Amino acid sequence: MKITQLSVFVENAPGHILAPCRTLADAGVNIRALSLADAQQYGILRMIVSDCREANRILEAHGFAVKVTEVLAVEVADHPGGMADVLGALDGTGINIEYMYAFPYVGGDKAILIFRFADPDAAIARLQTAGINLLASAELLKK
Amino acid sequence: MTSRACFSPSSALDFVPRNELEQLQLRRLQTVVALSYENVPLFRSRMKERGIAPEDILSMEDIAKLPFTVKTDLRDTYPFGLFAVPMKDVVRLHASSGTTGKPIVVAYTKADLDVWSSVVARSFSACGLHEGDIIQVAYGYGLFTGGLGAHYGAEKLGATVVPTSVGNTDRQIMLMSDFGTTAICCTPTYFLHMMDRAEALGVDMRKLPLRAGIFGAEPWTEGMRQHIEANSSLKAFDIYGLSEIIGPGVGIECVCQNGLHIFEDHFYPEIVDPETGKLVPEGEEGELVLTTLSKQAMPLLRYRTRDITAFHTGSCDCGRTIRRIRRIGQRCDDMLIIRGINVFPSQVESVLLSTEGTLPHYQIILTREHGLDQMEVQVEVTQQLFADTVSGLEAMQRKLAQAMEHVLQVRARVTLVEPRTIQRSEGKAKRVIDRRQS
Repeated sequence: MKITQLSVFVENAPGHILAPCRTLADAGVNIRALSLADAQQYGILRMIVSDCREANRILEAHGFAVKVTEVLAVEVADHPGGMADVLGALDGTGINIEYMYAFPYVGGDKAILIFRFADPDAAIARLQTAGINLLASAELLKK
Repeated sequence: MTSRACFSPSSALDFVPRNELEQLQLRRLQTVVALSYENVPLFRSRMKERGIAPEDILSMEDIAKLPFTVKTDLRDTYPFGLFAVPMKDVVRLHASSGTTGKPIVVAYTKADLDVWSSVVARSFSACGLHEGDIIQVAYGYGLFTGGLGAHYGAEKLGATVVPTSVGNTDRQIMLMSDFGTTAICCTPTYFLHMMDRAEALGVDMRKLPLRAGIFGAEPWTEGMRQHIEANSSLKAFDIYGLSEIIGPGVGIECVCQNGLHIFEDHFYPEIVDPETGKLVPEGEEGELVLTTLSKQAMPLLRYRTRDITAFHTGSCDCGRTIRRIRRIGQRCDDMLIIRGINVFPSQVESVLLSTEGTLPHYQIILTREHGLDQMEVQVEVTQQLFADTVSGLEAMQRKLAQAMEHVLQVRARVTLVEPRTIQRSEGKAKRVIDRRQS
């Protein structure tokens, strides 16, 4: 149920996001989903890519600070209330979201929410109990 | 090419009785002073100013009559002004990387290169290395003395040399592992970098046949030694040298790892008060001053190294009779005065190591805002330091800033920068950028 995500440390200055993207492009790695967290001086570029192992190897070899983390991908209906249903299932459980981002399928009626939980196992159990669809890595990359 | 004959440590002068060594030193001092007086105008004019001639050197104590030589003398006489032999006898030139203006040039005759190889071979020997060892030389090869100095010394020892030079860390680790390298020569910070990379590559540095690290070309701390020895299979030895004197091999720690033996038969050490230039009492801290006793191409009389140390009193358990100095933690030139407080870059290093358990490249940037000194410490975010959340990174910044303020007594802003963005030279990072004057 867990999806691997790559995080790359980038300085918050013009041109700094290009370098890791170019490196992945040159290696033929496709970025499926992406988010950028920004602090004042730096940012964290988080990506779900077509080949996580290869991307990690390539980025490390090019000297980037990279971290592989596990996140959950939740499929929701792409209409008002879709996301609220998922968050509602977690409400009152004390399960904390460290960060999240979302993207829609092109041409579909579903959207995907990517969550990073402090305690992913507790989150999986809770979401499954609530009948919410968690995507496996292969399913996500197929979309 | 240097011959690969086995070097016998017993033939070295490391163990001779003191009185024999002192007689040799005096004979050599008299020769080098005469040579310098005859052939180097700067030395001759300085000695004349003081009313001394080579004949006035009758005992080792008389060395105090000689004028000091300082780094700017080498710059002022650029490129060949301090050479004591004709160019046809000079078989090698090296030069410092010189961050500002012209570099410092140093020269060697054939005999000088032999001396250099022999002191480096004696250095390896003192760390327990011998024929049969596989020595990987990861100091930069080229104008910098580190690479070629270690290289020829290792050959003289009869070891197998792997001349990787600095850089291409993944390949260094692969060769180290595939060749069964038993000793590595590099800067201590470069070895830390190798350790970080090895971990990322899944190579366990504690399981390699590596048994000695010969680390030098920059000051490093006891904390770094402990960190390196705990996380790798090797014993870490401090080698001391400077291009002006010969390069690496002026001194080395022996297996006792308690101070660095100076090869006194070639380099005569004194420790002086950096302010007054007077000898400090035996055992007290001061600036190391070295006189080359056997150098032909470019002898230096009483060269001010700017390195702060003290003589060890008492004899070493290894049996060497040559004197020891305390390992050099700081240089006169390194000291920063920030808001009136003395700060050494080595303190920043120890904070990084003790707080995060790893030593990333860092750089201290000093500026002045509204008449007040501002200190910024830029830290490269390595794989180990990188947390996937902003809150994690911010917590680390705060922790580092607090520890810095506690140790340095000066507030420092900690900035995180991308890996490999701080400029390096020969595996060494430039530690300080002082913009307060401009």
